[in-house]
Amino acid sequence: MLGRAAPGVCQVVAVANQQQNRNMATLKAISIRLKSVKNIQKITQSMKMVSAAKYTRAERDLKAARPYGEGAVQFYERAEVAAPEDDPKQLYIAMTSDRGLCGAVHTGVSKVIRTRLQEPGAENIKVICVGDKSRGILQRLYGKHIISVCNEIGRLPPTFNDACKIAGAILTSDYEFGSGKIVYNKFRSVVSYQQSDLPLFSQKAVESAPKLATYDSLDADVIQSYMEFSLASMLFYALKEGACSEQSSRMTAMDNASKNAGEMIDKLTLTFNRTRQAVITRELIEIISGAAALD
Amino acid sequence: MAFRGVLRNVARRLQVRSYASDVAKGDDMALTFAAGNKVFYDKVVVKQVDVPSLSGAFGILPKHVPTLAVLRPGVVTVIENDGKTSKIFVSSGTVTVNDDSSVQVLAEEAHPLENLDRGAAQESLSKAQSEFNSAANEKAKAEAAIAVEVAEEILKAASG
Repeated sequence: MLGRAAPGVCQVVAVANQQQNRNMATLKAISIRLKSVKNIQKITQSMKMVSAAKYTRAERDLKAARPYGEGAVQFYERAEVAAPEDDPKQLYIAMTSDRGLCGAVHTGVSKVIRTRLQEPGAENIKVICVGDKSRGILQRLYGKHIISVCNEIGRLPPTFNDACKIAGAILTSDYEFGSGKIVYNKFRSVVSYQQSDLPLFSQKAVESAPKLATYDSLDADVIQSYMEFSLASMLFYALKEGACSEQSSRMTAMDNASKNAGEMIDKLTLTFNRTRQAVITRELIEIISGAAALD
Repeated sequence: MAFRGVLRNVARRLQVRSYASDVAKGDDMALTFAAGNKVFYDKVVVKQVDVPSLSGAFGILPKHVPTLAVLRPGVVTVIENDGKTSKIFVSSGTVTVNDDSSVQVLAEEAHPLENLDRGAAQESLSKAQSEFNSAANEKAKAEAAIAVEVAEEILKAASG
């Protein structure tokens, strides 16, 4: 009993000892922390500047890509192509990137797909992850739905070549889907984006579209080439929209982070000065009371 | 003031009339011509578009029957409403004519004819030809054949 109590006492003493020289240590600790927060602020500020520059470029590119994407989807809307009911196989493409620190752009896209995968009929859905971030989010719970992952997205502005490579990977994946969706972030303004989707269809779905008969001089070859190219154009458009949303969102996120760091710096400076003052006061009291004791 | 108002009215009426004397509003041909690198026309009403397709070159006028086509390398000619023609070289892509008479020309890459350089085209043609001759497998051969075709067309467009 006594033996067991003894170490406890020792501990208390140790704590008391620690507390005794704590004032000096906190001063040091606070200044270290202050410095690190200042460094973090510098980093977030420069990240904001970088993403602001990248954002301007992305927005300019997006302006050029918008008519392109709209043009690619027009045919499917005009011809009233619908997903075939007898083919439940679906393909979802998550358009994200490799880079984080940009708010909820990647989570938003992944969430749309995750919600879909929780609904009944999910066993017929396969997912292609574009960008490491969506893979990171979806892999653990829905790993068996993922058929392929593209990475190295987001470091450089997306090009048509990137879109072609992704389209090639989809076409050679041997997954015969009836319909599908490209889930991406649609850029609306600097502070706002929205998850949105573009339709994907199989050749069979297009061939059985009700209004396809109005289109002249079509054969299977033309439709196939047309669809392959329009897949690449839609992916290109989605990549551009995604890149623009990501940069604008990163800009906002880094701006907020810098502001928060500023607040933290203010508070820490205050605590630091108070503690410093307290230490000085205490030392003075010690000297004065020491001198008084001598009298 | 009143005079100006009358003038404006007349101007408006004239404008309306010019629309009416052209084609009826719903049958205007709205052209969207975009490439990966640039947008040339975004829903602009034009008179005529000539495109080179895999099944042969064809011209599109307003009220063209809806169709789909795949572009082959060549020159797309757009005749605008004021009679101005612009010639743009495209490498590949698609043409869609919809039932509302809107036309989408989507190219992988497109450049105005005046930006093409004959010397560079010649160079890339000879490079593509040597690649074609030294291609090891079927896939490389097909890719080189496409490169040769594009280079030949650029050369033809740039010199013609």
